[in-house]
Amino acid sequence: MAKAAAKTTAAASSATVDRRQALAGRSVSTAGARLEVLPPAERISLRAPEASVAALSKALGVALPGKPKTSATKGGRTALWLGPDEWLVIDEGGNDPLADCAKVTALHSSVGVSHRNVAIAVSGPGAAATINAGCPQDLSLEAFPVGACSRTILGKVEIVLLRTAADAFRVECWRSFSDYVFTFLSEGARDAGN
Amino acid sequence: MLLIRCPYCEEERPELEFRNAGEAHVARSANIAGESDDDFEKFFFIRSNPKGIIYERWRHIHGCARFFNAVRDTVTDRFIMTYKAGEPKPSKLPKNSNDVVSK
Repeated sequence: MAKAAAKTTAAASSATVDRRQALAGRSVSTAGARLEVLPPAERISLRAPEASVAALSKALGVALPGKPKTSATKGGRTALWLGPDEWLVIDEGGNDPLADCAKVTALHSSVGVSHRNVAIAVSGPGAAATINAGCPQDLSLEAFPVGACSRTILGKVEIVLLRTAADAFRVECWRSFSDYVFTFLSEGARDAGN
Repeated sequence: MLLIRCPYCEEERPELEFRNAGEAHVARSANIAGESDDDFEKFFFIRSNPKGIIYERWRHIHGCARFFNAVRDTVTDRFIMTYKAGEPKPSKLPKNSNDVVSK
């Protein structure tokens, strides 16, 4: 008992705090699709008028796409078109896009949302069918080619969907919804395998 | 499921991504404090609620998040056309209401 109490005090006084990843270690594999939790990434939500796009593209090192449902990737950094003046920038190389944007003097608003989102990779021949279990968008390759991205819904929550390959998607959802999204996709993957 | 054309995304998207936002083209008076109670009531509460063609605001809330205007038939629930917010009320509607077009 005393030993346990001493241990608790020692843990409380230590300066290190472990961040618990949402969905850590969870994965599902069925005949149709495979779900994996992607490692943490740096993300920003970026709002900017047309006049600032060129300066921001230069600072970020990736050209912000101007066309609906498109994305651009360069050097581990992906910019996803969400709206006419809104982008989600995801950096998987460990560099901070927020710091890059901070140097830009042109009018813009960049907000760090790295810890807000959790990303799930859906891959396999039934990847589109898995997501279509709860997403009403047309995910055929003609309507949603590789590199296409969109904010949309899955079941009852909002997600951001990015097609990374013909049979692979990246699903970004809010951390507090990640358990729901993963479980929903697991059911979808099970159905897609049949 | 209805497919609604978002004028900002430039394509048809499922209705689950959208949300209705009331009647369109309801102009707010520049001098709202000087309005009479009757005029304010008309602006604030009274809506046309027609049987047939209605001009509405919609929001692509689970998509590009933009507000836009739509012309819809309240009898058939068909979307006749959609256009960007801020654009004037279309003077002429497309003849064939099967062709959902964006201005």
